[in-house]
Amino acid sequence: MILTIFTAVIVVSLIGASLAGVLVISEHYLNDYGRCRITINDERELDVEGGEDLLSLLTAEKIFIPSACGGRSTCGLCKLKVLEGAGLLLPTEEPFLDKTERNSNVRLACQVKVRSDLKIEIPKELFAIREYTCKCTEITDLTYDIKLFRFELIEPKTMDYIPGQYVQLQAPAYKKSSEEVYRAYSIASDPAEKNLIDLIIRLVPGGICTTYCFEYLKVGDEVKMNGPYGQFRLTETDAPIVFIAGGSGMAPIKCILHQMKNTENKRNATYFFGANQPRDLFLLDLMEQFEKQLPDFHFIPSLSEPGDNSKLEYEKGFVTDAVRRRLKNARECEAYLCGSPGMIEAVIKVLLELGMSEEKTFYDKFE
Amino acid sequence: MDIQVDSNNRGGKGKMNGASQLSHAFIVFISAIFTQNILLSYFLGLCPFIGVSREVKTSFGLGMAVIFVMTSTCLLNWLAYQYVIEPLGLHFFRFILFIIIIAAFVQFVEMVIERYSPSLYQRLGVFLPLITVNCAILGASLFMVIREYSFIVTFGYGLGSGIGWFLAIIAMAGIRQRLANDRIPKGLQGPGITLIIAGLMALAFIGFTGVLSGN
Repeated sequence: MILTIFTAVIVVSLIGASLAGVLVISEHYLNDYGRCRITINDERELDVEGGEDLLSLLTAEKIFIPSACGGRSTCGLCKLKVLEGAGLLLPTEEPFLDKTERNSNVRLACQVKVRSDLKIEIPKELFAIREYTCKCTEITDLTYDIKLFRFELIEPKTMDYIPGQYVQLQAPAYKKSSEEVYRAYSIASDPAEKNLIDLIIRLVPGGICTTYCFEYLKVGDEVKMNGPYGQFRLTETDAPIVFIAGGSGMAPIKCILHQMKNTENKRNATYFFGANQPRDLFLLDLMEQFEKQLPDFHFIPSLSEPGDNSKLEYEKGFVTDAVRRRLKNARECEAYLCGSPGMIEAVIKVLLELGMSEEKTFYDKFE
Repeated sequence: MDIQVDSNNRGGKGKMNGASQLSHAFIVFISAIFTQNILLSYFLGLCPFIGVSREVKTSFGLGMAVIFVMTSTCLLNWLAYQYVIEPLGLHFFRFILFIIIIAAFVQFVEMVIERYSPSLYQRLGVFLPLITVNCAILGASLFMVIREYSFIVTFGYGLGSGIGWFLAIIAMAGIRQRLANDRIPKGLQGPGITLIIAGLMALAFIGFTGVLSGN
């Protein structure tokens, strides 16, 4: 009896194992599509091993296509144009592509299997995304819970970005986290200094990346980041600008202001900086400098808990109250917002009430 | 619809001579298609039958795949039964062993189809790996064991069952394509009307009973 069971188990396992072996071998030969050439934007050519999906192959070649779901075709972020060599549209791609996209050969990179040579088109911004190794050269305290981290780029040495974009900073595995994580932070530095990336980071209690930055990262340490990402940027019009951001949300605004100074941008701009108490204000000197250097820039902090001894020139109350009081020409203005989703929603409501049109509001919502 | 067990036909030992084996195989082949259609008489393999039979083109592809898988797995399982299960007396393990062989074989077929006809692979979608759990496939192998068919007869039986299944799904697809533009009550649309049609087809095939019984 026992012998029978024993024999049975062994026999079935052996047969199962040998069948698995046959499958592995045949997969090796059947899935062998040889080397395939991927031509990107008619300028760059990649020589890769076929048989994988396009997203993984591109990532392996350090071309970062946005993806939130890791290839499971549930996020729809990995769209790009495949002009030649794509094969039929898969049912897994259909829900994410509308008629115009289908007609212009837009596909989901994670679903396109590379079987032969491909010709693809990637938006220029995605093409510019690289992985950077950098060194932390300075850590400055801005407030009790916000620091400015300066990173010098080592490899590649410069980053071409548009003011308003963000990078994904990699926090390596450390005591509080067993695996590496990526967190997005807006670039705060002066775009004229292409080899420096400044990040303004607020300590989030229990946050994996912020804890790493505040308690473990030292000057001289090497970190990795990739980017630049993001659509948040100044328009090319002449419309007056309203910036609204508090805390570490100042980062992209600061970067944009540097750029405005570099390009001698003459647009009228007002920056409403919302904070709780006087100790939450920072970089006031820099803002004063911008007020002097830019022809028409005004910095308006607003404190919801001013206390007794705050300067009278600060607005009192929430930033929405300050905007209501001080913004007179909302109808012509463009608004650039950076902060928590709650703050952005509240502010947009006020701006629309004041007459601003919704298409003129731009925001960066990831705080 | 009765299962005929012919104890005189120890097929595995090949006692009958070649010519009568062949004629037995042929009879089994014909009966597996018409009188003992594995889908319409034994109601095995209904899931993809209802799921894929919307289009003749896709049903054609799936039907061909099923014919191929059914014939090949019947033969492979016959070999496994003769040379592994019988000698070692592991009859109780036949279900597991058959399923393992079927699963591996379907995986292999998947890889081949994906390589040589990506369009068919995409059209079949999830129903290709689902052939593994198509009870008609396992059913054919088990019937082959119960009826103690010899190798040639197994070939005829597997091929015939596959073709019978194929015919049934093609017929269903043809009917459904015709019905696509007709007004069907909301509650019956889809699986409802398909099952009714399947029932009517099965009734029609009952007309073949008694013409031939493949034992």
